[in-house]
Amino acid sequence: MAYKLNVNGQSHTVDAAPDTPLLWVLRDILDLRGTKYGCGIGQCRACTVHLNGKAVPSCQTPVSVVGAQAVTTIEGLSADGTHPVQVAWMETDVAQCGYCQAGQMMAAAALLAHTPHPTDKQIDSAMNGNLCRCGTYLRIREAIHKAASAKTVQTAQIAK
Amino acid sequence: MKRIDRRSFLKVSAAGTGGVLFSMYFEPKAEAQGRGFPPPPPPNPHTYIMVAADGTVTIVAKNPELGQGVKTILPMLIADELDVDWKNVKIEQADFDDKKYSGQIAGGSTATPTNWKPMREAGALGRAMFITAAAQTWSVPESELTTGSGRVMHKSSGKSAGYGELAAKVATLPMPDPNSLKYKDPADYKIIGHSQTQYDLHNIVTGKPIFCIDMKLPGMLYAVYEKCGVFGGKVVSSNIEDIKKMPGVKAAFVVERPEITGAILPQEPGLESGIAIVADTWWQAQSARKKLQVNWNEGPRATQSSVEYAQNAEAMSKKPPQRNLRNDGDVDAAFKSAAKVVEGGYSYPFISHAPLEPQNCTAWYKDGKMEIWSNSQIPQNARKLAADAASLNASDVTLHMVRGGGGFGRRLMNDYAAEAGYIAKQVGVPVKLLWAREDDMEHDYYRSGGWQYLKGGVDASGKLIAWHNHFVGFGEIEGNRINFATSSAMGATEFPQRFVENYRLDASVQPLAIRTGALRAPGSNAFAFVVQSFIDELAHAAGKDPVEFRMAILDTPPPAVPPAPAGGRGRGRGGFGPPGLNAERMKGVLQTVADKSGWRKRNSLPKGTAMGVAFHYSHQGYFAHVAEVKVDSNKKVKINKIWVAADVGRQIINPSGAENICQGAVIDGLSEMMYQEITVDKGRVVQTNYHQHGMVRLAQAPPQIEIIFVKTDNDPTGLGEPALPPLLPAVGNAIFAATGVRLRALPISKAGYSWA
Repeated sequence: MAYKLNVNGQSHTVDAAPDTPLLWVLRDILDLRGTKYGCGIGQCRACTVHLNGKAVPSCQTPVSVVGAQAVTTIEGLSADGTHPVQVAWMETDVAQCGYCQAGQMMAAAALLAHTPHPTDKQIDSAMNGNLCRCGTYLRIREAIHKAASAKTVQTAQIAK
Repeated sequence: MKRIDRRSFLKVSAAGTGGVLFSMYFEPKAEAQGRGFPPPPPPNPHTYIMVAADGTVTIVAKNPELGQGVKTILPMLIADELDVDWKNVKIEQADFDDKKYSGQIAGGSTATPTNWKPMREAGALGRAMFITAAAQTWSVPESELTTGSGRVMHKSSGKSAGYGELAAKVATLPMPDPNSLKYKDPADYKIIGHSQTQYDLHNIVTGKPIFCIDMKLPGMLYAVYEKCGVFGGKVVSSNIEDIKKMPGVKAAFVVERPEITGAILPQEPGLESGIAIVADTWWQAQSARKKLQVNWNEGPRATQSSVEYAQNAEAMSKKPPQRNLRNDGDVDAAFKSAAKVVEGGYSYPFISHAPLEPQNCTAWYKDGKMEIWSNSQIPQNARKLAADAASLNASDVTLHMVRGGGGFGRRLMNDYAAEAGYIAKQVGVPVKLLWAREDDMEHDYYRSGGWQYLKGGVDASGKLIAWHNHFVGFGEIEGNRINFATSSAMGATEFPQRFVENYRLDASVQPLAIRTGALRAPGSNAFAFVVQSFIDELAHAAGKDPVEFRMAILDTPPPAVPPAPAGGRGRGRGGFGPPGLNAERMKGVLQTVADKSGWRKRNSLPKGTAMGVAFHYSHQGYFAHVAEVKVDSNKKVKINKIWVAADVGRQIINPSGAENICQGAVIDGLSEMMYQEITVDKGRVVQTNYHQHGMVRLAQAPPQIEIIFVKTDNDPTGLGEPALPPLLPAVGNAIFAATGVRLRALPISKAGYSWA
């Protein structure tokens, strides 16, 4: 079936079975491979993207339910890695293997869009769905605080 | 594996752009020459450093990168001695090439100790040659020249030249004697010892397709591979003809492999029987697979279960051991003379590696040759298995090393490369094999479970005088020896052997239906929990401070080490206690962690909050941890803080990466402690995904994990593994101190514990 999608501000028409998870449409059809497959059951959230600014696991989002909602992937967070979350992730040297980090950053960006200065508890709650097998959680916490204190947080850009 | 040593040497040659290449040669093995064989043809040079005419410096990273940071730290070693600015260095990932490179492996925390000298040598050699080139160009003595930021300077004349300008001249110079090289005073390091963000970080944060799973080639198809849940199961019949008609499916075929017999499985059995499905997209292949109906012949292993394993172990513990692995002193006499004797049966489960990037491999067979893209930790074996499966010679297969999303030991094994190689040969176009998460959890090489029945004795002064362990594991008896399941054996030199005068290690084994392998800090990740928890039991029985009791053990002048008897043999990495533990270094980290954590003031902690301590030596690293833990009446556990004192030598190469990986090891250990357990029923693994094999999440991560590096004058060693093992006993000992309940079985969630 053909579906019209709005991904990172661009319109695409894709041909896929209705039950195809958005994850695989992004990765294998639209060539947006920054979004990662980890578990396929919404347990690790390496596949987190934004639907109208809300962080969702794309492995649990059939292409048939996306409709006109704006999809934002890690490639769309900024053109060149300048989103405050990306900058903070660089400054904090967060990653080890890096495989979960696209999902972590998408979850963090969605959190900061709604809660510009989150407490540790709010961070724990918003980020608890995202597994990091390497255990970089302390740096993720630190980087989110760093991004929150950056004056350049632009909610409009995050929600785009 | 070839080692870089004095038989290796360096070469320089011109690069096409007017630049210069610094290459490293490996001479043929001395053994071969010594036996009178004619010397093999000279190996090809491999480029480590290229300095272009415009001054751009490119350094090759030769090892597999899976998150341990090696792609950054090995080039750091070269760049600092070369004396160039890190910001001007570009890093290129090498392909696998055993003729050009040495030690292309990610395992055993070996990259730092094996590369510390040769990588710096390569850099220092480059620097020396730029100095020579400048000295000849300017007709000044080399002794008057200095370097910095990729330039050679002559102070008195004010002359200066960039390496790029000198590159063409360097290419004409003879190689200096490596023994004449001057290395930097560590105080002058500008890169080594200074935190560098990992090289690929910008690509990671911007979502670039740099992981193995991201491989894409023109006309590429996607494959899945269905195997029987019971190892070795064969397809009797299936609805494969219906599958071939499903949307997007291009091919589907049954793969039959010879039966593998034996009480335990071989280390790396290679391609297994199954059904391959190849489609236009991975989702189509996986969707077709969900409609697959297979009648399997599950074979003889289908009767085994974890329940039965535990029953067998309990029964074996009550019988005389099958074999003795070590017997120092007179354990029975010592127990008779002991003031106090403690007994405890410990157990630990099978666990899965579960790296976040599922297993995958992309392969392209064309005209009798094959290219594969792999994130293997041992690319040499991945190439071999893919070649074998495609009936090719390994030399006909080119392996491109691609970043892996975690390894933890799983990618030491290369079954998915075998599957990709086989499928690629069948379809003749590029194909990416990708396992579902469920495939990974159901077909891992698991950390072996095991049981250890311990008995220890202290004398009236509180000194440890006797130690007996009946180790009950998996394996088969071979004559007077035991052939243990891979990476499952406790070695005859495992601590506290050598530090207890009367020490006996016995073993019994049973058959096993599932594959086992090395998981991060293999052996140690289980044995440290057992040994350091039991030492804690003995300390309390002796009425001693757990730190002081351990210090006293380490103070015991070790008796001469009797030769290890030949009773036990393990296969694969790990499983053997490292014999080289240096008591002074261990005392150093133990004292440091006690001081930093405020161990002596622990009695002032509130009720229900307590500290536990443990140490362990593995992979040449000395680690001692203190855990401060709060436990409530509902067995809710909160980790307030973990202190880690580490001695891995005189130099931390990249402090940021070093701290990160040690903190990660602590988190990893907490996951193993609380949740992780793989069980077997009807010969197959029960757990399928992360919801049944939990990991610590952000909310449960301790607010603080303090890593303290104790510098000693020893060559640097690795950090990927040794920071993990002491975590589990430190937490278990803290829970005991807080509650009086001794935890002897992992994971502790089975005893009702959970995170607060």
